[in-house]
Amino acid sequence: MFSRILTSALFAGAAAGLIAALLQFLFVQPVLLHAELYETGELVHFGAEAVSAQPDLPGMFADPMRDALTVVFAMLTYTGYAVVMVALMSVAEGMGHAVTARAGLLWGLAGFITFHFAPGLSLAPEVPGVSYTDITARQIWWTATVAAAGIAMWLIAFGGNLMAYGAAALLLMAPHLIGAPEPDSFAGPVPTELGALFAARAFGVGMAAWVLLGGFAGYFWQTESKRAEAHA
Amino acid sequence: MTTKTLKASATGSAILPALFAVILGLGIVTLAGHVQASALHDAAHDVRHATGFPCH
Repeated sequence: MFSRILTSALFAGAAAGLIAALLQFLFVQPVLLHAELYETGELVHFGAEAVSAQPDLPGMFADPMRDALTVVFAMLTYTGYAVVMVALMSVAEGMGHAVTARAGLLWGLAGFITFHFAPGLSLAPEVPGVSYTDITARQIWWTATVAAAGIAMWLIAFGGNLMAYGAAALLLMAPHLIGAPEPDSFAGPVPTELGALFAARAFGVGMAAWVLLGGFAGYFWQTESKRAEAHA
Repeated sequence: MTTKTLKASATGSAILPALFAVILGLGIVTLAGHVQASALHDAAHDVRHATGFPCH
């Protein structure tokens, strides 16, 4: 059982992580590199002169080591997500719910909401250079919010009664009503247009990668289960 | 009755591996997303920003 979870999760996580990295290079990295020009002070927003919105950016893969590490860590991160998701898929299957590639798309969407969208609703994906508060406080809030959203997703999917749905709604809202750690003052040198674009792109790429991750995880879990049955 | 007992025990034996896997997976996510050791932070920097982890 354990090796079946790990095998399926490794395949799904590696594939989705690789696609996530490619999508990041296409859609997120140009915004990130652009924002870094402001973070380093090379460009100044609201300075004496208006700044072009289309500066010369380093071309794609200008820093091969940096980009290679991005691929490695995207695959690692998505494999981590996949191990959690496939383990929960095995529990759901034990409860009598079919796990297929198609059902996996919904699992992926729920994972995106749990790990990206729920914490990101108050701690928006940060463009480089934004002002921020204590990292530990934000990590604690992030972890608690992900835990609450994960339980909420499970209740919505498998709770099956009004009480469960109500509890899920409360779990989804509570972290934001309590409030995420906020900085005392604003100091971000990056234009708001770039910050908004960065958050939107991060969410979009995250959603695409997560939905694919869910589909792959469902597919490989089903394939590995059939193989295990054939050998049994 | 027999079927029910069998099924229950099958489910019981499946929970433990799933639990270990969840802990392992969260460990990987924590390592890739949260640990602030500077070598790890620099290497994972772009991915952390793009996946919405609190960075810096």
